[in-house]
Amino acid sequence: MTKFLMTTALALSFALPSLAASVPEGTKLAEKQEYNFWLLDAIKSTDPAKNTDVEGSDVLRQLFEGLYNEDGTGAMVPGVASDYTLSDDKLTYTFKLRPEAKWSNGDPVTANDFVYGWRRVADPATASEYAWFIELMNIENATAVVKGEMTPDQLGVKAVDDHTLEVKLTTPTPYLIKTLAHTSTFPANQKVIEAEGDAWTQPGKLVGNGAYTLTGHNLGVDITLEKNDNYWDAANTVITKATGITVNDINIGLTRYQSGELDRVDIPAGQYPRLEAESPDEATSTPYACSYAYVFNISEKGPEALKDVRVRKALSLAVNRDVIVDKVLQGGQKPAWTWSHWAIEGFEAPENADQAKTQEERIEEAKALLAEAGYGPDKPLDLTIQYNTSEDHKKLAVAVQQFWKQLGVNVTLNNVEWKVHTDRLQNQDFEVARYAWCGDFNEASTFLDWFRTDGYNSGKWSNAEYDQLMADAKTAADTKPIYKRAEEILAEEAPAAFVYHYANADMIKPDVKGLPLENVMNTWYLKDMYRVAE
Amino acid sequence: MFGFILRRIGVAIPTLLLLIVASFLLMHMAPGGPFTQERALPPQVLANINAKYGLDQPVLVQLWNYLSGVIFHFDFGPSFEYPDRTVNQVIAAGFPVTLTYGLISFLFAVLVGCALGTAAAIRHNSWLDYLAVGISIGAQVLPNFVMAPILVLLFTFTLGWLPGGGWSWSDPSFWIMPVIALSTSYMASIARITRASMLEVLSSNHIRTARAKGLPERKVILRHALKPALLPVISYLGPAFVSMITGSVVIDMYFSTGGIGKSFVDSALNRDYAVMMGVTILIGALTILFSLVVDILYAWIDPKIRY
Repeated sequence: MTKFLMTTALALSFALPSLAASVPEGTKLAEKQEYNFWLLDAIKSTDPAKNTDVEGSDVLRQLFEGLYNEDGTGAMVPGVASDYTLSDDKLTYTFKLRPEAKWSNGDPVTANDFVYGWRRVADPATASEYAWFIELMNIENATAVVKGEMTPDQLGVKAVDDHTLEVKLTTPTPYLIKTLAHTSTFPANQKVIEAEGDAWTQPGKLVGNGAYTLTGHNLGVDITLEKNDNYWDAANTVITKATGITVNDINIGLTRYQSGELDRVDIPAGQYPRLEAESPDEATSTPYACSYAYVFNISEKGPEALKDVRVRKALSLAVNRDVIVDKVLQGGQKPAWTWSHWAIEGFEAPENADQAKTQEERIEEAKALLAEAGYGPDKPLDLTIQYNTSEDHKKLAVAVQQFWKQLGVNVTLNNVEWKVHTDRLQNQDFEVARYAWCGDFNEASTFLDWFRTDGYNSGKWSNAEYDQLMADAKTAADTKPIYKRAEEILAEEAPAAFVYHYANADMIKPDVKGLPLENVMNTWYLKDMYRVAE
Repeated sequence: MFGFILRRIGVAIPTLLLLIVASFLLMHMAPGGPFTQERALPPQVLANINAKYGLDQPVLVQLWNYLSGVIFHFDFGPSFEYPDRTVNQVIAAGFPVTLTYGLISFLFAVLVGCALGTAAAIRHNSWLDYLAVGISIGAQVLPNFVMAPILVLLFTFTLGWLPGGGWSWSDPSFWIMPVIALSTSYMASIARITRASMLEVLSSNHIRTARAKGLPERKVILRHALKPALLPVISYLGPAFVSMITGSVVIDMYFSTGGIGKSFVDSALNRDYAVMMGVTILIGALTILFSLVVDILYAWIDPKIRY
């Protein structure tokens, strides 16, 4: 993004070609272009304004198309928009929409469809859980509309003409373009939604502008997508049919992949090394924009000991990240010394002295820090780690319990169900809690904003310099040094012990091409995919 | 008899109401709500959602609205977890599936279980008896969450005969593994109960009389022994039938059938109050109905029983 900011006020256009399946010349395509992908759970909604989960987004991205898409490396490429201009004050974006874009019923996709879609997400009557996303984009009047103080038509988004969309912001938002591939920003067909009501999301009724149409949906069983001939780039779309098959058990998912029913499936924790050795051309591991941590409760409700930075630092140092990554997870995850995922675009981690040390040195230092803080054999520290029900979280919590035991810290493990866990996190009813955060877009602020005083910040850590840095980053021309400094503060202050950065370990059939193996958001598009002849 | 049925229905309605009220209040007392998430929703967003679903009102008002919707309009409300659907639609999608594999499992379990138990009792202490007891103990100790992955491994991965999961109305090969996994342990219980009860009946006075007057053994068994021997089986079958047709979370999880067994457990974990209440009412009503059916069957089979 920074490179755009340095050339502010210039009319910007993408020189890249549209990114439909770019099949290298000479490739022999398979006769049958069908693809079966794995879903862990039911697709809860096919309404872009109501979807809330990752698998739902995976399906919606095929059925609809936003202003921008992501390519295989995570870079933003034009979708319905062909280019945009940004005003001098960085507050007004004007998008040019491609005139050839059509809905699956043949209607042209116009700027009004985006206006309607975005208003619909913000409208209190829709009660979208992702209304906050429109606020995150800093669109003018977003919060007032969500609060019901203004009507949806006062949202700062306007159709100048059929193919020109104007978006007004309250504050410069360097990551704006990166939000435009998110499902909440997809256009909506007013005519269809008003005619069909809540039933508009059913197969046969749903009208989308994506490369595929919804032809079948058996709740919790499967969902079928077929090529949309009205899609503007249909000529370059290769896969003709795709089926999302729900398999609720990840191990059975693997068995069904191996018996040929699925073309892609997640690898269960700990099985990647074996599968990689057995089928090196099928086992893949892709960095995935999520970070795992143990959050310390620093609020009034938290234990006194955790308010001492030396204690937090000691606990963080004692977590043997290498053991967790290499011995427990074994799927290409990386030890975390920063909150931002290492592979996030434009992010550069600061030098971290602790990272360079051996674990023995870290333990020595941790012991010294704890002693300095007044904890030792005569005054042992007792803590409770809370985690939500899951075999994997349990394995890690048990490991951390052992790591902290080396320091003389007695850890009690407290396993609670998911809703209780989140409820307690949000009410600061915990001491140390397992937590993970996944980025909404490919830019470090999606992680770093979490620790702002008014961020989600379950542990209620607060630091004035940090808040200022994150505020400055919104308008800065170069955010790299800012994010670097913010991570330094997190390393010094240890509001949480960062544990590891995610990777998605998958089994993918060797003839399936075009899946994004370098995109840290793991955003995939069927239209970019194809199967080669074996 | 009619008086009895009327009295039972008279009791059933308040029982069901009590069940609804108790589950509703318990559900609302559990920590966290349907929209409690890892990333807390901003208050204005949460307020809109609560307003849409009426969650901003006092619990008793919500309870009244819910009850009146169910009673007067047969409307179980919108699902929180599946925002495109109403609870009626979620149940309409899942219950037929559960009902189908549950009914087939039930028939299979009853026929095979009764036959196995009767055969074992008639040939008491023979190899057939040991085999039947062996099968039923084996089937009983093998839990379905162990059996399900083994079935998939065997029939899908190794042999390639059956689809590893999913559901199709037109292709019964999808039904086979769920039926095996669900019916086995019920079948085993039925076999054990039938065998024990048959052994007891076979040594009773009226059977000795029947044999003494020279009736062929086949008639002794079918006409005089089977009916009384089935009484304990029937009292087992009532609740078993309901739990089979309302599904099993294990079957739904491992075979991804889309049945309501999984929706039920998910709704409780996700605090999807509406779906949870809908399935609770369905299961509650069926349980009450079939315990009544069992009582009627009892009276029909055993003339000694009078209500």
